Amino acid sequence: MNRSLRPLLATALIFLFAYLLAVLQHPNMLSTRVLGNFLTDNAFLGIAAVGMTFVILSGGIDLSVGAVIGFTTVLVAVLIMWLNLHPILAFAIALIVATAFGAIMGAAIHYLRVPSFIVTLAGMFLARGGASVLSPDSIGIEHPFFTAVQKSYILLPGGGRLTVVGIIMLVVFAVAILLAHRTRFGSNVYALGGSETSAALMGVPVARTTISIYALSGFLAGLAGVVFSLYTSAGYSLNALGVELDAIAAVVIGGTLLTGGYGFVAGTFIGVMLQGLVQTYIVFDGTLSSWWTKIVVGVLLFMFIVLQRLVFRAGPRRT
Amino acid sequence: MSEPAARPVLEARGIVKIFGQHRALDTVDFTANAGEVHALLGENGAGKSTLIKILTGAYQPDGGELLLDGQPISLRDPLHGQGYGIGTVYQEVNLLPNRSVAENLFLGRQPTRFGLVDRKKIDAQARELLSRYGLDIDVRAELSEYSVAVQQIVAIARAVELSGKVLVLDEPTASLDRNEVQRLFEVVRGLKANGLAIIFITHFLDQVFDLADRVTILRNGRKVASQALDTLNTTDVVRMMLGKDVAFEHHPTALAGATRGQVRVAFKGLNRKGLLPFDLTVHEGEVVGVAGLLGSGRTEVARLMFGVDGSDGGQILVDGQPVTIRNPAQAVAAGFGFCPEDRKIDGIFGDLSVRENIIIALQAKLGWFKALNREDQVELAGRYAEALDIRAANHDMPVKLLSGGNQQKVILARWLAIDPTFLILDEPTRGIDVGAHAEIVRTINRLREEGLALFVISSELDEVVAYSNRVVVMRDREMVAELDGDAIAPDAIVQAIAGTPQEARS
Amino acid sequence: MTRPTVDIRPTTQPPLPPSRPLTHFFTRPQVIALAAVLLVNWILFPGFFTITWQDGRFFGSLIDVLNRGAPVAILAIGMTMVIATKGVDLSVGAVMAISGAVAAVMVSSGYPAWIAVLAALGTGLICGLWNGILVTVLEIQPIIATLVLMVAGRGLAQLVTEGYIVTFSDPVLIFIGTGSFLGFPMPVVIAAVMMIAATLIVRRTALGLLIEAVGVNRSAARFAGLSAGALLLIVYTFAGLCAAISGLIVAGDIRGADANNAGLWLELDAILAVVIGGTSLMGGRFSIPMAVLGAMIIQAMNTGILISGFSPQFNLVVKSAVIIVILVMQSPLSAQLFRRRTPPGASK
Repeated sequence: MNRSLRPLLATALIFLFAYLLAVLQHPNMLSTRVLGNFLTDNAFLGIAAVGMTFVILSGGIDLSVGAVIGFTTVLVAVLIMWLNLHPILAFAIALIVATAFGAIMGAAIHYLRVPSFIVTLAGMFLARGGASVLSPDSIGIEHPFFTAVQKSYILLPGGGRLTVVGIIMLVVFAVAILLAHRTRFGSNVYALGGSETSAALMGVPVARTTISIYALSGFLAGLAGVVFSLYTSAGYSLNALGVELDAIAAVVIGGTLLTGGYGFVAGTFIGVMLQGLVQTYIVFDGTLSSWWTKIVVGVLLFMFIVLQRLVFRAGPRRT
Repeated sequence: MSEPAARPVLEARGIVKIFGQHRALDTVDFTANAGEVHALLGENGAGKSTLIKILTGAYQPDGGELLLDGQPISLRDPLHGQGYGIGTVYQEVNLLPNRSVAENLFLGRQPTRFGLVDRKKIDAQARELLSRYGLDIDVRAELSEYSVAVQQIVAIARAVELSGKVLVLDEPTASLDRNEVQRLFEVVRGLKANGLAIIFITHFLDQVFDLADRVTILRNGRKVASQALDTLNTTDVVRMMLGKDVAFEHHPTALAGATRGQVRVAFKGLNRKGLLPFDLTVHEGEVVGVAGLLGSGRTEVARLMFGVDGSDGGQILVDGQPVTIRNPAQAVAAGFGFCPEDRKIDGIFGDLSVRENIIIALQAKLGWFKALNREDQVELAGRYAEALDIRAANHDMPVKLLSGGNQQKVILARWLAIDPTFLILDEPTRGIDVGAHAEIVRTINRLREEGLALFVISSELDEVVAYSNRVVVMRDREMVAELDGDAIAPDAIVQAIAGTPQEARS
Repeated sequence: MTRPTVDIRPTTQPPLPPSRPLTHFFTRPQVIALAAVLLVNWILFPGFFTITWQDGRFFGSLIDVLNRGAPVAILAIGMTMVIATKGVDLSVGAVMAISGAVAAVMVSSGYPAWIAVLAALGTGLICGLWNGILVTVLEIQPIIATLVLMVAGRGLAQLVTEGYIVTFSDPVLIFIGTGSFLGFPMPVVIAAVMMIAATLIVRRTALGLLIEAVGVNRSAARFAGLSAGALLLIVYTFAGLCAAISGLIVAGDIRGADANNAGLWLELDAILAVVIGGTSLMGGRFSIPMAVLGAMIIQAMNTGILISGFSPQFNLVVKSAVIIVILVMQSPLSAQLFRRRTPPGASK
C-alpha cells in the first residue's frame, strides 16, 4: 500500500471509532442536525485548513491565517458599515486584499530565501496590527444580505440544516481536491515538497508556484474570514485567534507530513471533522470543560507526528 | 584517430573557467559524437565536474564556446540546456522520491483533459515508455519504493524523452551493484544505437572499457588526451590520468612486518546487518590499507569501528583491553579518530574558526566543564597547523574559507590533538589538489613512523601501495583478502578486488 | 617529531574572547538601533530619561522599559541557545502559562511559597525536557516538536486552574513580580542575574563552543565525538526553565494566573529578540547579551508606541516592519549588494 495513505487511513479509523464511541454515549449525536452544525461551526477552520494543506504539502508553513481571518472580518465590516458598500463588493475587495497579501509573503519567502515561518510571522503581526489600526473595537454587521444568507439553508433528511457557509466549505474542499491531485499546479506543489532542487531541475516554476501557494492560502484565509463574518455578524481584530494552530493540527491529523511532499486534502477534511467531533462531544457531555479540546487536539497532534516518524523513517524498497 | 562517420553533436571549444585565482579549466576542447559513448576521466579536482556543469548549463564558461549541431549556443541553466536537447542524470537521482514513477516521467508536461491531468493516459504512456527500457514496474508506485538502479533508469528515460540529443551520465553507477550496472549499460547501449551522444563520467576504469567508445582525460584543468578506446589499454589510461608512471614510491622492505610494534587495536568478529563479521588487528606503527570498490563495504567497516553505526556483535580490544564502542563519543574516549569521507557534511564546522575546528574533538573528549583556555587553544592550533603545514592567514578565520586540502589537514589536526591510539582515514585525499594530495600521503607515512596505528581507505591503488604495511581487500561487504609485504602491488590488489583466480596470498 | 602529546591543563580561567576595542560594541547595529529607539522615545516624551528615587527604588520610563522587557529577555536567554543549535521553541509562551498556573494554584491551596516556586520551576523543566526528548530521541524537527506543547499547553494550564483566573496574595510571589532589590525591580534583577549566569556558564565551560558546533554541523559534531543529544536535552530543558521563571514574574505581576493570556505570543517576541540580537535561525554563533539587548529594543519600541498615544496593537505593525527590515538585510539579495570581495587570507 502507498505509505502516504497509512496516516490517512489511521485518521479515518480514529474518526469512525471516536464517532462510534460518542454515539454510543450520546445517541443524539447520530443525526443530520448535528452533522449540519458540524459543517457550519467548522466552516472557517476547514477553509483555512485547505490553504494550510497546500502550504504544508509544499514544505512550508503559514502562521498568518488566523490573523488574515481576523483582518478580513474587520475589513468586511468597515467596508459594509462605514463605507456602505454592498456585502458582495466588500467580499470581493477583501478577497483580493487577502490574496495579494499571501502573494507578497510568498514572494518574500522565495526571493529573500527566508524560512516561511518567519515571513508569515511578520505577516501575522502585520495583519493583526493592521486590523486593530482599522478598528480596535468590534464592529457589528447589519445588512439585509447578511440576514438573508444566514437564513438560507438546505434542509437535510432528518431535520439537519446545510447552511451556506457549510456549502462553501464543501465546495472549497471539492475544488481543492481536484486542484491538488488533478492539475499541474497540484503536481508542482508536491514536487516542491519532495525536493525543491529536483523540482527546479525538472522544470517546475519554483517562484511562480511558491507565490501561488501562499496567494492561495491568503485567498482561502480571506474566504474563511468572509465566512467567519457571516457566521458571527461582526468584524473584530482579535477574531480567530490561534486558528493557524488549529489549521496546522487539522492538516497533520489529516495525514499530511509536516515536512511536506506527502498528504491529501481529503485527509484535512477528516482532521477538521475530528476536531469538531471533540468539541461537539464536550458540549454534549456537559461536564467536561472546553480546554479539553486543546489537550485532546495536542495529544492527537503528537500521536500523528510520531506515527509519521515511524512510517516515513524506513521506507521499504522494491527492486 | 576518429572514424570518418562520427557526427559531432555537442562541441566545446577552448573552454576556460576560473574560480578566484584558480583556473579550473584551461582551454579545454571536448566533442560528443552521435551514436557514441564518450567517457570523461580524471582524478578528483581534474576539472571533470566543472566541464560537465558547463556542458549542461549549470556554469557559464569564462572563455571558449559551445556548439550544438554546429551552431553556437549559450546556456543559462540546466533547464535551458534541457530545452536544447542536453539531458543530465546525476549520481544522486534528481527526481522526486515522493511522487509516482509516472509523474516523475511527465512532470511539467502532463497531458490534460478539460484542464485536469489525465492520469490514465500518463500511466499508460509511462508504462509504454519504460517498457522500451526493459522495465515492467507499477508506474503508480512512489519512486522511492524502487532501487537506485530503477530510479536511475527512470531518470534516463525522462532525460532522453525531454532532451534526446545528448545524455550526460554523471557517475550513475556509484551506488549500483554489478548486475544493476549491467542492466544500466544495456539501456545505455540501446540509446547509443539510436544515435544519442552519451557522455559518461565515472571513476571505474573497467566500466569505461566496458561501455565507452572514446575517452577524454583531464588533468589539472587541461585536456591530456581524447582518443578512441580501442587504441588504449588500462595502463595507458592510468598513466595519462596520473601523469607519471609511478605515482608514489613504495619501499616494501621498510614496511616489513618486523618494524611494527605491539597490537594496538583488535576487532574480533565485528559485524552488522549487511556486513559479514571480520577479524582485524592493527599494530603500533602500522598502516592497514583498505582497497575495494565503492559499495564494497569499506566505509561501512570504518563507521562500525568508530561507532557511527552500532554493531550487532563482536568485540573491540584496545591494547588488549576490551572496550565498548556504540557511538563516536565512546570511540573518541577510547582514543580513536576518524576523518570521514565527506568532509563538508561529516567533517568540518564551516562557520567555526580553524582553531576551534582543531580543538573541538579534544574539547569533546575533555567534557563540558574542562574548557581549554584560549592560550591552550592557540598553542594547540598553532602546533598542529605547523606540523601539518595548514595554510591559513590566521587561525580565527572560518574554516570554510580554506581550500579542500587544508580543510582535510585541519580534520587530521583535530584528531592528532587528542593524541590518538588509532586513526581511521576514509578517502583522505578525495577532492583535494595534487600538491596537498602528496603531502597527505607523506603525513600518513610520517605518522606511521611515529608509531601511530592507522586504518586508511582509498580508492587510489598507488596511494594505498605507497603507505600500507598490509592491505585488506574488500568485495561484496566482506574482507576477501589480505596482502602483506612484497605482495602489495596494484596488480595484485586489482586481481583481489576482481576476484580473479590468481588469488592473492594471505 | 615525537608522537604528539598534549599537556592538557584543565583550567578555571575562561577562554578569553579576542580582545576588541570598546568602540566595537558601540558600532554594533543592535546598539545603534536601541539608541535610535530611545532617542525617538525621548523626542516624543522629554521626561523619558528621567529617573527618580522614591520609596527605596528607582522610577522612570527607562526603568519601566527594563522591567517590562524582563520576561521576554529571560525567554530570549533560553531561546538563544535553542536557536544556536538550529532549533526553535514555540512552546515557551504556553509553558509560562502552565508554570504560572501551577504556582498560583499551589499558593492558593495553602502550600508555602517556596514549594510553589519550586513546583513551577520543576514544571518548566519537565516541559522543556519533554520538548528535548521529542527533538533528540524521536528526532522530530524542533518547530514541529514544540508545536505540540504550544497547542496543548494552554489547555493544560486551564486544566490546572480549572478554567478560572486564579488570584493570590502570597507576598513572595508578588515580590517576584513587583518587588525591588537594590532599587531595581525584581524582574530586572532576575533577568540580569540570569543573563550573567548563563553567559558565564556557557563561556567559562565548553558548553558554548559545543552548542555552536552542534548548530553549525550536527553530523560533524557526532563524528567529532560530541554527544549532541545530551546538549540538546539541556538546551531545551533550560529554555523550559527560563519560560517558568518568566511565567512566575508575569503571574506575580498581575497577582494571578491567566491560563489564556499569560505569555500569549511571547514566544514570537523571544524569537524576534534572538534574531535581532544577531543569532542566525540557521544555528551556530550566538550571543546571550545581544539577545537580551534585542528584547530591550522590542520593549523600548512598545513603550514608545504607548507613550505616543497609539493603540497597543500598533506594536504588531511595527514589529512586523522590524522583521521585514531584518529579513531584507540578511537576505542573499542584499548580501549581493553589499558583498565585500573574497575575504583575504583564503588560501588555495
